[in-house]
Amino acid sequence: MEPLTYRSLRALRDAVCSGEVSAREITRAHLDRIAEVEPAISALLAVTTDGALAQADAVDAARSRGEELGPLAGVPIALKDVISTRGVATTCGSRILAGWKPPYDATVTARLREAGAVMLGKANCDEFAMGSSTENSAYGPTRNPWNLDRVPGGSSGGSAAAVAAGEVAGSLGSDTGGSIRQPAALCGIVGLKPTYGRVSRFGLVAYASSLDQIGPMARSVEDAALLLEAICGVDLLDATSVDAPPFSAEAVKRGDIRGLRVGVPREFMGDGIDGAVAAAVRAAVEALCSMGATAEECSLPTARHSLATYYILAPAEASSNLARYDGVRFGLRSEGGSGHAGMTEASREAGFGAETKQRILVGTYALSAGYYDAYYLRAQKVRTLIRRDFDAAFERFDVLVTPTSPTVAFGIGEKSDDPLAMKLADVCTLPANMAGIPGVSIPCGMDQGLPIGLQIMGRSFDEENVLRAAYAYEQATRWHTHRPEVAR
Amino acid sequence: MPAIQTETQYVSSIGMEVHAELLTESKMFCGCRNAFGGEPNTRCCPVCLGLPGSLPVANRLAVELVIRAALALHCSISPIAEFDRKNYFYPDLPKGYQISQYDQPIGSGGWLDIETEAGPRRVHIRRVHLEEDTGKLMHLPTGDSAVDYNRSGVPLMEIVTEFPPDMGSADEARAYLVKLRAILTCIGVSDGKMEQGSLRCEPNISVRPTGASAFGTKTEIKNLNSFRAVHRGVQHELTRQVALLRRGERVAQETRGWNEARGETVLQRVKEVEQEYRYFPEPDLLPLHIDDAWVASIRAGLPELPDAARLRLVDQYGVSAAEADLLTQTAAWTAYFERAAGLCGNARATANWMMGELARLLNAANLEIDQCKAGPEALAELLAMVESGKISGKMAKGVWEAAFETGEAPAAIAARQGEQISDAGALGAVLNSVIAAQPDVWQALCAGDEKKLTFMVGQIMKQTRGKANPGEVNRLLRERMAGGAQ
Ligand SMILES: [Zn+2]
Repeated sequence: MEPLTYRSLRALRDAVCSGEVSAREITRAHLDRIAEVEPAISALLAVTTDGALAQADAVDAARSRGEELGPLAGVPIALKDVISTRGVATTCGSRILAGWKPPYDATVTARLREAGAVMLGKANCDEFAMGSSTENSAYGPTRNPWNLDRVPGGSSGGSAAAVAAGEVAGSLGSDTGGSIRQPAALCGIVGLKPTYGRVSRFGLVAYASSLDQIGPMARSVEDAALLLEAICGVDLLDATSVDAPPFSAEAVKRGDIRGLRVGVPREFMGDGIDGAVAAAVRAAVEALCSMGATAEECSLPTARHSLATYYILAPAEASSNLARYDGVRFGLRSEGGSGHAGMTEASREAGFGAETKQRILVGTYALSAGYYDAYYLRAQKVRTLIRRDFDAAFERFDVLVTPTSPTVAFGIGEKSDDPLAMKLADVCTLPANMAGIPGVSIPCGMDQGLPIGLQIMGRSFDEENVLRAAYAYEQATRWHTHRPEVAR
Repeated sequence: MPAIQTETQYVSSIGMEVHAELLTESKMFCGCRNAFGGEPNTRCCPVCLGLPGSLPVANRLAVELVIRAALALHCSISPIAEFDRKNYFYPDLPKGYQISQYDQPIGSGGWLDIETEAGPRRVHIRRVHLEEDTGKLMHLPTGDSAVDYNRSGVPLMEIVTEFPPDMGSADEARAYLVKLRAILTCIGVSDGKMEQGSLRCEPNISVRPTGASAFGTKTEIKNLNSFRAVHRGVQHELTRQVALLRRGERVAQETRGWNEARGETVLQRVKEVEQEYRYFPEPDLLPLHIDDAWVASIRAGLPELPDAARLRLVDQYGVSAAEADLLTQTAAWTAYFERAAGLCGNARATANWMMGELARLLNAANLEIDQCKAGPEALAELLAMVESGKISGKMAKGVWEAAFETGEAPAAIAARQGEQISDAGALGAVLNSVIAAQPDVWQALCAGDEKKLTFMVGQIMKQTRGKANPGEVNRLLRERMAGGAQ
């Protein structure tokens, strides 16, 4: 029998429905896999064995009663630890939320539960999703399954590594400035940042509210599409969620991309992009053309300002979003310091890591009287210009294709002392967050034994075309079938 | 001795910030019930507790109520309602920021008119905006502090007067607040209960020498929870500032709290620098469009406002302007008056009674008119009995007190009291005969043997076959005892 780990979501669900295997067997197999590889990878902050087995048993019981099973029945998944899970610790990779058990599920958590998915654990991440390597987690770094000395990317590094290592069939990450797509690229899997508003943020612990978006991570485009289908849709609990035309995973598989107009923005292919990465992306564009798409170089002149804009807007929002961690109602409370102000100061000093503190400081400064116009307001204007650049490009093209990350996975500790180099890791992914548009990363090559990611971006709420192009490419290539060493 | 100089005269300037909790069913950004009091922390949820991952969803009715208020205050209405975050740390502020409105309030550029000694005065209103209330911080006897988040997230409307200020005296400050409260209660956006804190006012006050163009340093007064406190607090602060300046001292920019017991303002917080709130647009909420049709429908739904009601009462019922002021202080007063006057047919008497006995009893019991057990029907019944001569004016007072206390119908109370002998002359005669019959007992009682009191009352009851008013008998006995002991 084909091993249960590394099977696709669809295959697992079908096996449960047909009775080939039980949800409990699938869960057990993945728990075993977790026990085997976790010591090396550290992708998960918590493994929810009891809860997972109970969920699996519920699926099996429903089947034995002859009930119709959900679209993700028995599928083992992990959630990034910034996504609230009722009664299960949600730490955001931070000491300040050590042991915090939310009294409610995030909307996405509830929707996955509804669909029959089985949650095996909470995935490691950079503290409050701030970072590009998962090294900023207060609970230690996650290692890349392809090379344990390399980072898995971030901030959703645990979600990516767990999927790549076969610990789960799929996972959810969150993407504020590339945090789903960059780790997906570095771990050789598929990661989608949906359009802002496509997926409810209720229960996602906020980093930068106007940019944060939850999305799926999986080993194939179809699996990612199935996860998106399960979690997307308007939510009365999130005023920024949008009542958009529904997304259909089935439509993605209509793989015909003849006539698809592909734009290749030159700003993403020049300086700073590793030669092997650029070559792999060019080859991917050719592959798309050979399937009937047309490709043309284009320009997004303001996109290069995304990095600077992001590092004003995201910290500004973060400085406010993270004000609630004051030691009064939940999370870490330090006994040092006197009075409310002293207690709050001491708690935040002890509870936040260095990168988080730095972003809070930067954001506080950017919002200060006298600096607001020069920083925050100007950044908002630049953001509008970036969005317009994309709008103009999408008048000529259906999708835009770029590298996801300028390089393959870098070494653990390699960029820790060079914050600018670290931030450049997100230079290709940030613009989609600025514009609010969807973007997916799929495997498109290997260099030095490490995966290379291809990014495909599309119009707002046009995840269908983005994933259709990704699916067609995936069907024509074998990159997504490569498995890391740790898998053998 | 220095030559006597003419003392410098000062001009006072008073601005006012008023916060009113809105009469919505649920809170501003979550589904929790909006109500007063109750067990601490029983009306909260992840959203109003600011738990990680929770998100606000705006209550459209609250926006509508603010538009309503802004229209009643003659404001222009912003085409969109945008929310901003006001960032600061405080234990009663669960998210570390308050969702408020910064540069685009829902209403701006409005006014209301007040009566002053010098005639009518227009007080301009700079802005009317919507925000959320904070929780309540409580200091426990143990020295610890506790927070009640029941109030956290309750929709709060802020109304700020224009600068430079139009008001210049404590009387005007009170008149403004009285009028504002009348309007807000009349249009149903606020219950106007100052003592419960659902209507809170913070006057800011400065004085400057007559003729000086620059405004003086202003102070802000908090903790004013009645009209009386507003008047006294403003008056005290004006006097204090003038005294400071006359002594050659400076007024410091500070927040002062009104101490009702001591009748003075006391320093709460010095405001050396403007607090840095780092306002920025709330990214969790989309701007809400306020289209003309919405505004028009809200305008069409406005009831008769106090100014109009005041003119109408004078015109229609022949009451005086002063009476009309009081009768339109809240919509409930107007409704009470019109119902009672309509039933009994005597508007003047109704107005008179409401301004006198009803207002007195409400004040003494610290009740609002809509909490009063004796409704307009009861008052009409009472006044009809007086008019027809069934009861005397003097007796009517007692009947009304009983009706106010118990809610019993005045006719029933009067019937019972009519049976009783309460007349001091009649009871005095009975008492004389009892004393004459029992001189020893009377002597003992006057000498301090209190046990004999029951006996004497019993004798009087016996003689009147139980019809004597026991309260009156007691009073009469004690009066006599005081005299008899001499
Ligand atoms: Zn609530």
